[in-house]
Amino acid sequence: MRSKSPVRALLFFILPFGLLFAAFYLLPIGYAIKQSLYKVQRTGTFGPATEVFGGFEQYQRVFENGPFWSSVGRVLLFGVVQVPVMLGLALLLALLLDSGLVKGRGFFRLAFFVPYAVPGVVAAIMWGFLYSPNLSPFTSLTSSVDFLSADFVLWSMANVVTWVYVGYNMLIIYSALLAIPQEVYEAAKIDGAGPWRTAWSIKVPLVMPAIILTTVFSIIGTLQLLAEPQVFRTFSSAVSSTYTPNLTVYSTSSIPNFNLAAAFSVVLALATCALSFTFLKATQRGGDK
Amino acid sequence: MKGIRESLFSRAGATAVMLLCTLYFLVPIWWLLVGASKSRSQFSSTEPLWFADFHLGDNLSELFAYRDGVFLRWMGNSILYTGGAALLGTILAAMCGYALAKYRFPGREALFNLVLGGVLVPATALALPLFLIFSQLNATNTFWSVFLPSLVNPFGVYLARIYATASVPDELLEAARLDGSGEVRTFFTISAKLMFPALVTIFLFHFVAVWNNFLLPLIMLGNERLFPVTLGLYSWNTQVNQIPELRMLVIVGALISILPLIVAFLFLQRFWRSGLGAGSVK
Repeated sequence: MRSKSPVRALLFFILPFGLLFAAFYLLPIGYAIKQSLYKVQRTGTFGPATEVFGGFEQYQRVFENGPFWSSVGRVLLFGVVQVPVMLGLALLLALLLDSGLVKGRGFFRLAFFVPYAVPGVVAAIMWGFLYSPNLSPFTSLTSSVDFLSADFVLWSMANVVTWVYVGYNMLIIYSALLAIPQEVYEAAKIDGAGPWRTAWSIKVPLVMPAIILTTVFSIIGTLQLLAEPQVFRTFSSAVSSTYTPNLTVYSTSSIPNFNLAAAFSVVLALATCALSFTFLKATQRGGDK
Repeated sequence: MKGIRESLFSRAGATAVMLLCTLYFLVPIWWLLVGASKSRSQFSSTEPLWFADFHLGDNLSELFAYRDGVFLRWMGNSILYTGGAALLGTILAAMCGYALAKYRFPGREALFNLVLGGVLVPATALALPLFLIFSQLNATNTFWSVFLPSLVNPFGVYLARIYATASVPDELLEAARLDGSGEVRTFFTISAKLMFPALVTIFLFHFVAVWNNFLLPLIMLGNERLFPVTLGLYSWNTQVNQIPELRMLVIVGALISILPLIVAFLFLQRFWRSGLGAGSVK
């Protein structure tokens, strides 16, 4: 097939993705915004329900909704602790793999990466069993600490997320480390820098873009927490139906109150975009110096 | 002398950290494997981290027979949803990213920024409006309601653009044009081959994302026979309190459900390494 004009080829390349992107990304976003501006009105108590324009009424309800904002606070607290721990561990393991201090790199890389093959739901079910006092192999631990209690369950979930994603993040940072040219290290050696100093002053700054990328993905993932808390509801009564923002969206839509649920979705998506965008801008400014 | 002692110390410390982490990452899966091989009565009465009487075969046949073999159906669904969406989605993302990298046309940057904005939009925020749209078309609770939205992978387009810029030289495309090869044919016969390691990376990321997707099927699907395996195991797990014998099936099912991805990782690892390290080759 020889297309004379590149325009036809260009359409062939772009249209399939473009149409699906429009249908399953742009259209739903637009539709959610539209839905969030409507409300259901009934004439009388038992009259037929009709959808009428409600302006920002749903958003007002979102902003007055205490449980929703405490769930936002909860995932932010989760993120402030879990993301640095997870990425710190990922960075440490990537640096150790790269340092040449350990033998069997192939084995370790695979071992750390295996949990990423476990879907979030399945990981949550598995750890739920491991936390349960009557099933856990770590009975001495589970008998002294109740991992599923109201005080502790958030951090039990943080452990599940950490367990799944450390290896994935480590691999991204590790592949950035592999891309550093050898000459850089030789220069450092001549200057008398030891392995720790090389790691801290040369490797970490050079893989900063990879760390920033993984941080943004982790922020997005944290605000979207759903599978883990939804699964943990069967193990722990401390996890309510509005425990995370996404659980609130889900439980509001199953009432069903689609207009309010759409408003929650829009606010959550905007907050997520704003937070990851701010983070990107802030780190870019820091990098300019 | 001091240097040698220090490096021995470093080596021992580093190895200890790695071994400790290996335990952390692998013990839960070991527990799952051991647990899945036991009979119900021995599951809670024997050492959780070591084998008792080997009962895996019986457990498997019970799992596969339960409710007309619904579990195997779930596994098949997952492979269809995930494999199909990741394969097709990778090709679409590759074509779009390639066009963004290799052609100049008005609106190129605007389109790229729009797609990049899509990367920041959380997939879960789309699930509810997608449900409402599909329900207007009376198409919820169908295979397509989960499959079609799973095809779109903006991050794949972003990666494909970067990799196409890095690995497909303009001179090569020029030469193909002079030889009379059409643009589309050039893409499939030359460019896609050069981008192949990158495409494996995009495929794997996409595969894992769809395999993990939970909210979309949870909202879209009511018919148990359309469930992916994650949603199926979740639904069994919520019934464990009423039907305690399901617990064993959940454990065995969880083990089976992670096998395809582990196999895919082992199989694609070779390509993936070279894909991720594409920037390191000079």
